[in-house]
Amino acid sequence: MTQTLIALALIFGELSLLAFGGGNTTLPEMHRQVVDVHHWMTGTEFSALYALAQAAPGPNLMVVPLIGWHVAGWQGLIVTTVAKMGPSSIITMLVLHAWERFKDRPWRRAVQAGLVPVTTGLVAASALLIAKSADTHWVSWAITGVCAVLTIRTRIHPLWLLLGGSLIGLTGFGQ
Amino acid sequence: MNRVQVSLRELFTGFLGLGLMAFGGAMPLARRTIVEQRRWLTPEEFTELLGLCQFLPGGNVINLSVAIGMRFRGVAGSIAAMSGLIGGPTAIVIALGVIYERTQNNPYVQHLFAGLAAAAAGLLVAMAVKIALPLRGRPAAIAIAVLGFAAIAVLRVPLLPTMLVLTPLSIAVATRRTATGNAQ
Repeated sequence: MTQTLIALALIFGELSLLAFGGGNTTLPEMHRQVVDVHHWMTGTEFSALYALAQAAPGPNLMVVPLIGWHVAGWQGLIVTTVAKMGPSSIITMLVLHAWERFKDRPWRRAVQAGLVPVTTGLVAASALLIAKSADTHWVSWAITGVCAVLTIRTRIHPLWLLLGGSLIGLTGFGQ
Repeated sequence: MNRVQVSLRELFTGFLGLGLMAFGGAMPLARRTIVEQRRWLTPEEFTELLGLCQFLPGGNVINLSVAIGMRFRGVAGSIAAMSGLIGGPTAIVIALGVIYERTQNNPYVQHLFAGLAAAAAGLLVAMAVKIALPLRGRPAAIAIAVLGFAAIAVLRVPLLPTMLVLTPLSIAVATRRTATGNAQ
């Protein structure tokens, strides 16, 4: 158990420091560690937990405490949350005062602009990975596709799409 | 420097409300709460602080809570603001997790979750498309994005080496672009 908690702390501590461009960039690495390396859950369970976190309110990273809880109960919940939020928060606290000095420097703009293409590739990888785990049949691929198009083309609230997808799923059509 | 005084309790409850009401992304609501309702920051201060939070690793809204907490009440303020932000959603997500684990062998629940997971994947696909669109017409940036995608999604390379190679490369490209942009 202690070994599991230490592994969780190391994995999510590293992800905290690598999470440039928000939380979704780290999903593939989370998936790789939790599913492929440590076999704490299947890919389907991972995508179900991700979906649960999407259906709940809050910031993007709410799948993190859920993974910790699923793997190692309350202790896992606390360890993963502290490991994922702690290091990046400490950096934010430390850099806050220096920000005034470097926010207008050219290198700051270059670094920020340089992170955008990397973030784009990582979020696209997250999307493919989550879709591949979630979509086992043409009906589920169709739900993913329709939800994606509606989100891009309209201003529909995401909760309606999650509700619609769940209801189509509930009918068992195509499963 | 700060015109307004904000207590630890206000930081906690302000971000608690924000976390509980933020369905499908917290950023639009964060601006409304922090700038328009609570008036903790001016629009300019908000934009500037958001720039910092997007620059640093970590979730943008989580970093924002830490930065605002720090600004008004130091480390204690950061902890109050962040625990408010993630406390409510954590409780909800764990409650949903308990329900899921108790019922996951029920065929109806399995079907429902298959549909929910497919829809959630769709939201993430949409986010990827929206992030990718501004790269149009920039072949070097697109090449880096494709390399990152291939390394992570196809070759399953770990994140750390991928970022250690691609980030400096991408910053070098961006530096050149800024330099030629200034020269023109």
